[in-house]
Amino acid sequence: MKSYDVVITGIGLVSSLGEGPDAHWQKLTATGTRPVLDVERFAPYTVHPLPEIDWNLQIVKRGDQRQMETWQRLGTYVAGLALDDAGIKTDEALCSTMDMVVAAGGGERDVAVDNDILAASESRADFDILLNEKLTTELRPTLFLAQLSNLLAGNISIVHKVTGSSRTFMGEEGAGVAAVETAAARVRSGQSTHMLVGGAFQTEHPDMLLGYELGAYLHRGVWKPVWQRTGSEGGGVVSGSGGAFLVLESREHAEKRGARIYAGLGPVRSGRARRKRGELSSTIETLLKAANLPQGPLLALSGASGGHAATSAEKTAMDAHAGLAARGFGTLTGHMKEAQFPFAVALAALAVHNKASYPVFDAASERNFDGIPEQVLATAVGYHQFEGLALVSAA
Amino acid sequence: MAKLKDHLGRPVVAVTGIGVVTSLGIGKADNWAALTAGKSGIHPITRFPIDQLNTRISGTVDFLPSSSKGASALTYELAETAAREAVTEAGIDLENFGGPLFLASPPVELDWHDRLALYKGGDQPDASRRVLEVARGLNSPDMFDSAQFGTIADRLSDAFGTTGLPITLSTACASGATAIQLGVEAIRRGECDRALSVGADGSATAEALIRFSLLSALSTSNDNPEKASKPFSKDRDGFVLAEGSAALVLESLESALARGATVLGILRGCGEKADDFHRTRSKPDGSPAIAAVKAALADAGLSEDEIDYINAHGTSTPENDKMEHLSLSTVFGERISQIPISSNKSMIGHTLSAAGAIEAAFSLMTMREGVIPPTINYDNPDPAIALDVVPNKKREAKVGTVLSNSFGFGGQNTCLVMAREPV
Repeated sequence: MKSYDVVITGIGLVSSLGEGPDAHWQKLTATGTRPVLDVERFAPYTVHPLPEIDWNLQIVKRGDQRQMETWQRLGTYVAGLALDDAGIKTDEALCSTMDMVVAAGGGERDVAVDNDILAASESRADFDILLNEKLTTELRPTLFLAQLSNLLAGNISIVHKVTGSSRTFMGEEGAGVAAVETAAARVRSGQSTHMLVGGAFQTEHPDMLLGYELGAYLHRGVWKPVWQRTGSEGGGVVSGSGGAFLVLESREHAEKRGARIYAGLGPVRSGRARRKRGELSSTIETLLKAANLPQGPLLALSGASGGHAATSAEKTAMDAHAGLAARGFGTLTGHMKEAQFPFAVALAALAVHNKASYPVFDAASERNFDGIPEQVLATAVGYHQFEGLALVSAA
Repeated sequence: MAKLKDHLGRPVVAVTGIGVVTSLGIGKADNWAALTAGKSGIHPITRFPIDQLNTRISGTVDFLPSSSKGASALTYELAETAAREAVTEAGIDLENFGGPLFLASPPVELDWHDRLALYKGGDQPDASRRVLEVARGLNSPDMFDSAQFGTIADRLSDAFGTTGLPITLSTACASGATAIQLGVEAIRRGECDRALSVGADGSATAEALIRFSLLSALSTSNDNPEKASKPFSKDRDGFVLAEGSAALVLESLESALARGATVLGILRGCGEKADDFHRTRSKPDGSPAIAAVKAALADAGLSEDEIDYINAHGTSTPENDKMEHLSLSTVFGERISQIPISSNKSMIGHTLSAAGAIEAAFSLMTMREGVIPPTINYDNPDPAIALDVVPNKKREAKVGTVLSNSFGFGGQNTCLVMAREPV
């Protein structure tokens, strides 16, 4: 079967640092950029909050905005940025034949309703009946749609008219890895000529912190860079709000329409270490081998979460490769869960495209990288499960 | 000698194992007997109190050990039970499947009873902070796992020895069909010789029921549960929330024949098309559903007049059945009134994330057994929907090809075309 080259032609990014590929490139290549932190709102947890966003720029209809909560709005917004960046957004023919894979968790619950139910439970012995009473009268009917995982993709179809196909993958960082891997495989095999792939995570909601903290994964106390949280209070993860979407195309398709090509997307590899059996280190090693890393110095955009066991295993595996210069971008953006891997791939593509490296984000833990990065590695090792990496190459 | 490559030069994909659980029972044999007898699995809800609820009936699966243990536990058990039946039938090592896993399952949420337990475990006045504080002190692996989206697939991968990173997906009520489509595509791309595609949904909690109820999607025919799901009837008044699971072992025909496996059917084609009209409603002209059906036929290399039977999405909502009829009439023209079309949901209700997989399993059995399960409760035909719905009684028929439709919230439209025999 014919194999097509997969290239990246559009990048949409939002994090606490700002929005768009240029803003991120400027911030992340400037020396001494400090993370944007909110240490008060969810204390004792620190989060990297969303920047100010004018939703109208990508979601024109107020009615559409009202149908979503922040997570879906954010994802829809970032997807719009990527489509714009690829020069596809206003091209109806391209949007209506574009395939989409979204990596998603769930949307926001109504905190006021939930807490009202919990408060009322103090004086009631019949909790299940209380639940029926409160939920039937207090839930907004359309809130359900703002919570459904596949409705981020649904909103992207409605707002941006991306209607070739729509699939939503779930499963934390692994969903982001599988989404990029599947999208690339579809383009490579000729099943699709152009794809939209990515995700978003909105951490500024107690339930989004709870998802981590049920397993005691969140870092507490004074903020530290992602590689330096071992031995600190808590589990090491500092989360961030943000999102990343990529437009992937076959090289033929991109060249034919005269699109700007950021980079080629080389091998994407995924894994599922049985971590309880101690397989994580060997799985990361296997993935690195399978990516056919080039000889010599190699820049690596690491999606490390700071989660103690996972990040320490990733650090050890990377340190064992003398040429690997890791950049834990979570130090500056926080951990964006489903969006973390697409974000890593996007930052890797920017380095290749701009023919320049990122400076160290953590001078105590990261190696210098000199020269022009021809190829850049992107990784995501889940805080709890699932791993993946990709190699991005000069266009 | 069967052709090993399809009309587009891709590996032909066979089904070598099938497993099913619905409210009608565990396993293919019990389900098929009930389904062909026109038996309904819909019953009054007993899992949680029904006070204040407009809908008090469902097709929950109440007979598994995890049936009372929350959505995550039940969804896992449903998936595992169906997968075990399918892998066993395929004659593959139960602990070493040797191919990837594609799981369609509902989005997970912390169970209300767990949230309440966390709240009761502390005394800090701010409820959200209290829940977080107690959660981290408790650090319960079970509670954590139940709220992680990747857990069920991870556990299934451990149990069956599937390879690589499992994919958990949601395309709402089309999820089960998408899980099969992903498996088919992986085999066609040559990434694997076999794949395990599972759709499972055990998420019929009070909150889930209330959410659909608030969207006016559910039948309120509470007094006669077995009659509540009445697809294509004039008095249809919504779907019936239900649970279940199905698993298919997909295998390249070449690999299946090489190891002497029994071929249960062929996955000929898959088609999809997203709708940009509305979050819950379809484009009035039905064009996305039409495009999905046409894409599935084209992918299968079949023309409209080569479909023998249609396994309808047929939810029993006023909107779906009307739209499904419109789109099928557009694709099949005059012939649509002569093609038998039935809705399994008339008996098992709407199993949401599992529906596409369960209905694919029943479609394959329909071809193998030469019996079409009926659309029950067809007492007041909707005159605007002129279809041969195989009313109320099963029908013996030689069925060589099936189209199975799945449509969902968020503009999801996925269709599968299956065949009894390889070409």
